[in-house]
Amino acid sequence: MPFTHRRRAFALPALIAVSALGLAACSSGSTPDESTSSGGETTDAMEPVELSFLVDNNETSVGVVTALTDAYTAAHPNVTFAIEERPGGGEGDNIVKTRLQTGEMTDLFFYNSGSLFQALAPTRTLLPIDDIANAGAIQDTFKAGVSADGTLYGVPAGTAMGGGVMYNIPLYEELGLDVPTSWDDFMANNQAILDSGKAAPVIQTFKDTWTSQLFVLGDFANVLAADSEWANKYTANEVKYADGAPAIDGFVHQQEVFEAGYLNKDFASATFVDGVRMVAQGEGAHYPMLSFALAEVIANSPDNVGDVGFFALPGDSADSPLTTWLAAGIYAPADTEHADVVKDFMSYVATPEACDVQTAAVGAQGPYFVDGCTLPDDVPQMVADMLPYFEANNTQPALEFLSPIKGPALEQITVEVGSGIRSAEDGAALYDEDVKKQAQQLGLEGW
Amino acid sequence: MTQQTLQQPPPEAPQAPRGREARGARKPRTRSPYPMWFYLPAAIIYGVLFVAPTFASFYFSLTRWTIFDSEFIGLENFVTFFSEPYLFDSLVNTLMFAVITSGLKVVLGLLFAVFLTSQIKARGYLRSVVFFPVLVSTVGVGVTFSVLMDPFDGLINKVLAVVGVDEIGWLTDPNLALFSVAFVDVWRGLGLATLIYIAGVVAIPQEYFEAAKVDGANAFKQFWHVTLPLMRPATTTVIILSLIGGLRSFDLIWTMTKGGPGFSSDVLASVVYKQYQAGFYGLSTAGNVVLFLVVAAIIIPLFWLLNRKEVDR
Repeated sequence: MPFTHRRRAFALPALIAVSALGLAACSSGSTPDESTSSGGETTDAMEPVELSFLVDNNETSVGVVTALTDAYTAAHPNVTFAIEERPGGGEGDNIVKTRLQTGEMTDLFFYNSGSLFQALAPTRTLLPIDDIANAGAIQDTFKAGVSADGTLYGVPAGTAMGGGVMYNIPLYEELGLDVPTSWDDFMANNQAILDSGKAAPVIQTFKDTWTSQLFVLGDFANVLAADSEWANKYTANEVKYADGAPAIDGFVHQQEVFEAGYLNKDFASATFVDGVRMVAQGEGAHYPMLSFALAEVIANSPDNVGDVGFFALPGDSADSPLTTWLAAGIYAPADTEHADVVKDFMSYVATPEACDVQTAAVGAQGPYFVDGCTLPDDVPQMVADMLPYFEANNTQPALEFLSPIKGPALEQITVEVGSGIRSAEDGAALYDEDVKKQAQQLGLEGW
Repeated sequence: MTQQTLQQPPPEAPQAPRGREARGARKPRTRSPYPMWFYLPAAIIYGVLFVAPTFASFYFSLTRWTIFDSEFIGLENFVTFFSEPYLFDSLVNTLMFAVITSGLKVVLGLLFAVFLTSQIKARGYLRSVVFFPVLVSTVGVGVTFSVLMDPFDGLINKVLAVVGVDEIGWLTDPNLALFSVAFVDVWRGLGLATLIYIAGVVAIPQEYFEAAKVDGANAFKQFWHVTLPLMRPATTTVIILSLIGGLRSFDLIWTMTKGGPGFSSDVLASVVYKQYQAGFYGLSTAGNVVLFLVVAAIIIPLFWLLNRKEVDR
């Protein structure tokens, strides 16, 4: 029966090929575990180590990370870094989460602190770093934003940020305007700018949807000023944005600005880079933004750095406080192969020397979170405008550092409110619904 | 693997069943010369990579899932999906997008095919031009068109401005964004529809046209009474393919609008992706199940209906 033999002869290699496929899948899946067990041994010997480093493609983030890694390599020539860039926003969150959960994360990565950090399930995915030498030098405010269950996971990269309004100083001087401290003053200034016909009063850039959230997120200091317990009640599902003032004010203000016709005409298609250029070069007067946009000004409009000032997003009462963001953190995945080198690098990041390296690279952008760090005397105008808020203690943390709940659809909702597609009330109510999913996903009480 | 199995028949194979038939003539059916376990490799791959994940996703759609652990919550994800206004709107948008693109591809594809099979100059060149967009990467098409459709610097509005048309927010006007993307999808997918139709037109025997001509039918009557009825199989294929493509479309929408402005051009696939980005794996999976059911609920009856008529004819 030569016939049967040949059939078998043909089927067997096929079967082997299939099982080989299966084996291959298994072996690639188990690699990280094997390497973890042998991790750390390479460090004592001065063998060359290359650490991979994932960072978002923002100008400041890349600048900070490049400067820190270069400085570290200069002091430790055996350690080099391979920096990998990723997109920011929701797309970047997705990349970070997926890579952490599949064990494909780089040895070090740069990521937000606060609620976004909590969403990474740090106790399961990240390397605890309580034992690094300089852990004590990191300020407690920051530690709170990068700790889970009392364990520290990150070191601060960059500085505190403010969420407020960037404004064009020459335009203000020309029209004789004063920096507004209340919403009514702000709207009066907008009207004056509109009447002068010199520039768009308020810049919005909805092509980069995340930029639309500042009216709501940056207004949070005003919410806290009116009700200091708001964040806790919010986490406990006792208050909602749609309940009305003070929380809904951010949405309402955004709607008012649109309805008054204060926006730049290309608000729907402009990008963050466009927005920064417009406020720096006087095409627009106000741009609600995080202060880290300073790096963008320095990179793309270096001649106009002195023309851009900064003030807190005004609320209904005068003397509005500034909403502040913690610096981003540098973290390592729990399964890194080079835990010791990684920890040594992180310890280095928490030194005054590392702060100076960052200042030299991207400029002084705000106060650092490491003890002993100082700012140079001649800081850019935006930072000089921001420091008095810190000195007078007239700041409040953003909601994402007080509550783990942040709904993913806020940027779409604020785009809708900001371009007249949806009313402020509807937008706030819709966001409350969006937030519910996040709270349930986190397993919070009372939702 | 599949290829190996297909190429496999040894030279003697055809003879074997015949011999067996001759000997045991009482057996009503010839046994397949191949043992069942030849299916095993394909079955394993199909089972592991398709069936298992599909059924797992049915389960996970009923949970609140964080990759590490999942909590069974019954149909709550589906309730959320249908109660949140923008999630439900995405369903409407999906249907609209699929019907518009599929309809246009059928109508335009048919016209192009008739045109490109007639006696015209540079026919081969024109056929390639129509087919060319199919070969370009969707993301490339999306990026290119979002530049062309920029309300202020885009080529389309600059050209329209010459004729005196005001700036149109192709992708920034919430009422227009979905249609702009649909238009680009038609531009991109039309070549394939035309190709299928050309094959259909070419397959029609010339005798029918000659007979029609003898009976005094003009060009339109020939199209209406000969070409169109005989194109039903091609039409079925185009409708089914483009409808499935339209219902599942994601890449073009994501590169052009990301579902925006706001939620105005969100479709099921982009919503599912966003929920996944947000870490709502259970809800995202529920959205996928909804998508699966919607596609099945539309395509299976449609397929049955279109094919039945084909048999009746």
